[in-house]
Amino acid sequence: MAEMNAALTESPAEANSAVMALRAAFPDVPIRAASMYGQDWAIVPAEAIVAVARFLRDDETLRFDSLVDITASDLLPRAPRWEIVYQLTSMPRNVRFRLKVEVEDGPDPEVPSLTPVYLVANWFEREMFDLMGIRFGGHPNLRRILLPDDWQGFPLRYDHPIGGEEVGFTS
Amino acid sequence: MTPEVRITPSTDGRTAVLERPDTRQEGDLMTVNMGPQHPSTHGVLRIILTLDGETVVDAVPDIGFLHTGIEKSIQWKRYEAALTCTDRMDYLSPLSNNLGYCLAVEKLLGLEIPPRATWLRVMLVELQRIASHLVWLGTHALDLGAMTVFLYCFREREMILDLFEELTGQRMMTSYIRFGGVELEVPDGWLDRVHAFIDPFPNRVDEYERLLTKNGIWKERLTGVGVISGQEAIEWGLNGPSLRGSGVARDLRRQEPYLVYDQLKFEVPVRTEGDCYARYLVRVAELRQTREIVVQCLKNLPGGPIRSDDRKVVPPPKDELANSMEAVIHHFKLLTEGLKPPIGEVYQAIESPRGELGFYLVSDGSNRPRRCHVRAPSFANLQALPRLCRGHLVADVVAIIGSIDIVLGEIDR
Repeated sequence: MAEMNAALTESPAEANSAVMALRAAFPDVPIRAASMYGQDWAIVPAEAIVAVARFLRDDETLRFDSLVDITASDLLPRAPRWEIVYQLTSMPRNVRFRLKVEVEDGPDPEVPSLTPVYLVANWFEREMFDLMGIRFGGHPNLRRILLPDDWQGFPLRYDHPIGGEEVGFTS
Repeated sequence: MTPEVRITPSTDGRTAVLERPDTRQEGDLMTVNMGPQHPSTHGVLRIILTLDGETVVDAVPDIGFLHTGIEKSIQWKRYEAALTCTDRMDYLSPLSNNLGYCLAVEKLLGLEIPPRATWLRVMLVELQRIASHLVWLGTHALDLGAMTVFLYCFREREMILDLFEELTGQRMMTSYIRFGGVELEVPDGWLDRVHAFIDPFPNRVDEYERLLTKNGIWKERLTGVGVISGQEAIEWGLNGPSLRGSGVARDLRRQEPYLVYDQLKFEVPVRTEGDCYARYLVRVAELRQTREIVVQCLKNLPGGPIRSDDRKVVPPPKDELANSMEAVIHHFKLLTEGLKPPIGEVYQAIESPRGELGFYLVSDGSNRPRRCHVRAPSFANLQALPRLCRGHLVADVVAIIGSIDIVLGEIDR
């Protein structure tokens, strides 16, 4: 996992217009940029994610009008354990960009919800809450979406074993 | 006390209008379950409808009945074994899923694929697109009472599945597209049979269109139903043909060409009306355009190998095994350990029949994907359902579900 961290920050995407604009607009926010296979991303602190997303959406030259996907990676035993990944697309410019938020391990990992900026974030965030147990602060309807409401645990976490569920209709 | 009812003839004199005072009170809303066994919900989707009379006030989709933890399964399998899981997500277009996953892994590996494999891949996913759109058209029409179309569409879909069966051994769970190319060389005469199917295909589309496009009932059921503007469609995350029905010309085959789509001539059909009828027209036009792509693939299909000879990824063929010690070592390493992409992460999106199908893969250098997330186009499309249904009648919900072409297998994964 140590090498993984090194690889992820190896080739910084400093030339990316979104990264440059973000650095100019948020001088106080620590923003790390990286790039791999020609795909650029920026890692921003959790408390800045809503402002950053709103800036990327509303900026006249960037125009990231569409949030394509939200997912999370459980990188246990790395610290910080969680990585929330946002895939943005600017349809008018036909450009993609990725945002990431790193979250420390804890009983209830939490990031602010992006629903005030992108409507479509609603279900993506519910899915990650359901399967990974990431809380999205300020989400209007943070309920389980795929699993039954009374399910215990979060099956996509790495400390949740595969085959750990009792299978129905076995006897 | 019975409310006063008045009957007045309407202006054209042919019908009468029934008027009665509005006695409804607040709280008169009714909650109705639609599904999960309702045939028009295309799988196992439950929609909790809040109704005011017959008008939909709110529609809340309840999903997850088909959840099988495919992402978890993939993360616990080796890369090559995980390919079989991808077939089972969007069961109407397994080849598109195979392709998206293989492209993502190949990007991680930096693997080149031979030209014949590339063209075969395009041909197959486009045939798959036709098959998938035919199921959509047939079931959409069946939901709205036009049964003949269903029989015609499934007749043609069956021909495509027969072609797949002959080529891959499977009608649905093909797992035919593999890392570095495709699995098998095409059988003798198979390409001629594709020709025999695809050449008269526009006549078949004419046949469906004769039954539907100008059909008064069909138009009345679809026109003006589930209208959404381009701007709103983007906000709600619509993608694929559903988005193109609202005037946004975004097709990843054009915008981010993968494989050889930049060398192919085809149009991206777009309609601006944004209603169910526009989405219907877009998909029917896509049937014709897709056929053009298949024809070009048949014409341009080059010779040569069908799979990369990078022995770190692709197991050596049998005859090589008999003659080369190195091949035996590669074979042993690949079958015991599996392939190990370098540390990194990649997001690869393709245009599946339903929209942007994305694979987000994180590799930690081992033989299993550390994280594999599937961005399913239907998942985003279904989220817009409440917005599309509000204010319409219950019967229109059926039309709207049909028009966004969801597959629950990939929504629930």
